[in-house]
Amino acid sequence: MVEAHKDPVVAIFGASSGMAFAVAQIYAQKHARLFLIARDKQKLSQMERDLRARGASEVQTLVADLGSASGARAATELLRQRVPELDVVLIASGVLGDTDQLLNDAQACEQLFNVNVQAPLAISNTILPLLLQQKKGVLALFSSVAGDRGRASNFIYGASKAAVTAYASGLRARLRDSGVQVLTIKPGIVATAMTAHLPRGPLSANPNAVARRIVKAIEQRADTLYVPGFWRWVMFVITHLPEFIFKRLRF
Amino acid sequence: MNPTQSWGGMQGHESRQEPIFWQQDIHAILKRDQRFLAYGLGRSYGDSCLPSEGTALLLSPLNKLRSFDEKTGLISAEAGLSLAELLDFIVPLGWFVPVSPGTKYVTLGGAIANDIHGKNHHKRGTFGCHITEMELLRSNGETILCSPTREKELFAATVGGLGLTGVITWCTLQLIPIQSALVDSETIKTTGLDDFFALEDASAQDWEYSMSWIDCMAQGSRRGRGIFYRGNHAQTGRPAEEYAAQAKWKVSVPIQAPSWVLNKWSIRAFNEVYYQQQQSRVKKGRMPIDSFFYPLDKILHWNRFYGQRGLLQYQFVLSLDRRQELNQIFDIIAKSGMGSFLAVLKKFGDIRSPGMLSFPREGYTLTLDFQNQGQKSQSLFRQLDAIVLSAGGRLYPAKDAMMSPELFQNGYPLWREFSRYIDPKFTSLFWNRVSRG
Repeated sequence: MVEAHKDPVVAIFGASSGMAFAVAQIYAQKHARLFLIARDKQKLSQMERDLRARGASEVQTLVADLGSASGARAATELLRQRVPELDVVLIASGVLGDTDQLLNDAQACEQLFNVNVQAPLAISNTILPLLLQQKKGVLALFSSVAGDRGRASNFIYGASKAAVTAYASGLRARLRDSGVQVLTIKPGIVATAMTAHLPRGPLSANPNAVARRIVKAIEQRADTLYVPGFWRWVMFVITHLPEFIFKRLRF
Repeated sequence: MNPTQSWGGMQGHESRQEPIFWQQDIHAILKRDQRFLAYGLGRSYGDSCLPSEGTALLLSPLNKLRSFDEKTGLISAEAGLSLAELLDFIVPLGWFVPVSPGTKYVTLGGAIANDIHGKNHHKRGTFGCHITEMELLRSNGETILCSPTREKELFAATVGGLGLTGVITWCTLQLIPIQSALVDSETIKTTGLDDFFALEDASAQDWEYSMSWIDCMAQGSRRGRGIFYRGNHAQTGRPAEEYAAQAKWKVSVPIQAPSWVLNKWSIRAFNEVYYQQQQSRVKKGRMPIDSFFYPLDKILHWNRFYGQRGLLQYQFVLSLDRRQELNQIFDIIAKSGMGSFLAVLKKFGDIRSPGMLSFPREGYTLTLDFQNQGQKSQSLFRQLDAIVLSAGGRLYPAKDAMMSPELFQNGYPLWREFSRYIDPKFTSLFWNRVSRG
C-alpha cells in the first residue's frame, strides 16, 4: 500500500513500453522513487531525464534482457539487492507479434511466449518473497483483453495473455490475506509503439489516460482493470457468445 | 495508411509514415529515404505541414521532458510534446508558456517551425523569442545545437523555417511565472475599427493579452464593429487547484457537416448574435486558462463543421500606417458575402521576430476563415492578395493554401537567404508551391 507520509517506491519491468512509461510519469509527479528495468540503455536514460524533470525523488535504471525467464530472474534479483521495500511492482514487458508469421516461425512463437509468459512469471515469482515479507504492496501485471478469448486474428498473442490472466487470478486468490494485492490490467487498443503499425481507429486509447486509470486501480487495490472501461462490456459479450457463432467471426 | 492532413483538410503526398517514439529512431529512418518532412499535430491550415513525397516523420509521440528548473522556469523537452501536455505539467506548478496560440494542440516543434504568436505579441514577441536552445537533426546524420548565439544563422532559419531545415528534436524554452490559473478578462463591445485602434493602444501598457473579434459581415456605419478582449493572469490564486477545477468536457464534431450549413445568411446571423449577446459596453470576468486561450479546443474536429470542402484561412499583416487598406479589405469581404465566423484582429508590437521567415512584424494582423468554395474563394483571395501585395504586407504560411510565389517572395525578402539553410532532403507542398519562379 502507498503510505501517505513517504514517497512511494515503484519498480517497472519493461519500462519503455508506452503505457508503463506513462504510469511512471504519473508516479514521478507524485515524487516517487522509481526503478526502471528495460533492455535499451539509451531509452532508459531518456526516460530517466523525463521522470527526474517531472519530480521523481529518485530514478534508478537497470539494463536487462527480459526476453527469457533466466534474464528476468537475474534482473529481479538485482533489483531486490537495490531496494529495501516496494510499494508497486508493474510488469509490462511484452510483444504483440503477427499471427500469420508466428504460425510459420517456431522460433518467433517460442520467443513470444518467453517474453509474454515466462519472463513475467519469473519476475513475479522472484519478487514474491519480498512482497510477502513486507506484507504490503501491489503487484500489477499487464495482460490484455486479447487473453479473454482467442480470436482468429491474434490468438497466439491472446494465448500468451490468457496465461498471464490465469496466473494473476490464481495468485490473487492465494495472496488474499497476505496484504499483497495482485492487479490484472487488461488494456484494449492503446496508441503506443506496440500498435503503431495498426490503423488508429476510434477505439484506440491515449496512453496517458490509460495510465491514469492504472494508477487509480493500483491505489484502490482493484482486482481486474479493463481499460478503457468499455472493454469490460465488449469482452463480456465476446466471452459469452456461443462457440458456434464465435467461430464464424473472423476478427 | 491515411495520408497526413492539415487543419483545412488538405492532404500530404508522402508514400510512407514513420511514427517517432525515440530520438534515435530518426537517424535510422533518415538513411532509408530521400525526401522527408516532420509532421506534428497538423494544425497548420494549408499545405505548409504536408510532405510532397517521401516519408512523413510523425513527431507527436516524441514528447518526453529533458529537464525542468522550477526556480527559473527553464524547461527542455522533445519536439513532439504538445502545449496541452506541457500545460498539464507546468500550470499546477505556477508556470505558463510565454506565447500561446489559439489552440493547445500544437507541438513545440511546430510552434518553432511556424514561429507562432499569441494575444501578447505586443509584450513578448513570438514563440521563437523564448527558445534558448534547440537541437536540429539534418538528413546527413549531423546533430546541430543552435541558439540565438550559437549557429545563429541556422537558428534564425529554423525558427519560422516551416520544418525545412531538418528535424527539430528538442528545444529549451523559458516559461513565465503565474500566480493563478485564472485570467482576469474584460470584453468590450466596439463600434468600429477606430474604436479598436484606440483600445489596442490604450491596452498595450497594462494588459498582457489583447485581440478583437470583428463582425466582418457588418457594412456601412457598422463596419468593423466587434468585441475586444483583453486579459491578465490573475495576481493571486492557487494554480494547481484552479487548473484541476477547469471543466474537462469536450464535444466532438463526429462527421463533416453538409456544405450548405454555412451560407451568407447563417454566417450573418451568427455574427449578429455573437455581437449582440453582450449588452453592456464592458464586461469583466475571471476565466480559466482553457476558456480564455483555447475556446475552440472544447470542440474536437471543429474543422469538420466546414464540410467536405474544408476551410481556408487567410491571415495577413499590414504595417500600422495601412489602416485605409484594412478598411478596404473589410469592405471587400462584407460585399463578397463569403464572411467568416472567426475574423480576429490584433495589433503586433515592435518586438523583432527571430526567424528569417517569421510572419509577425509590427502592424495589424487580421485572420479570416472561409469555407472552401473553390473558384469563388480563389477570386476573393486574389482580390485580397492584390491589396496585401501593393501595401507591402504579407501572409502567414501556416494559414495559407494558395498564395502566389510572387506574394510570398515579396513578403519574405529573406527567402533566398533562408533557402541556403534548407536541408537538401526536406521539402513540403507549400515550399514547392511558393519557391517557384
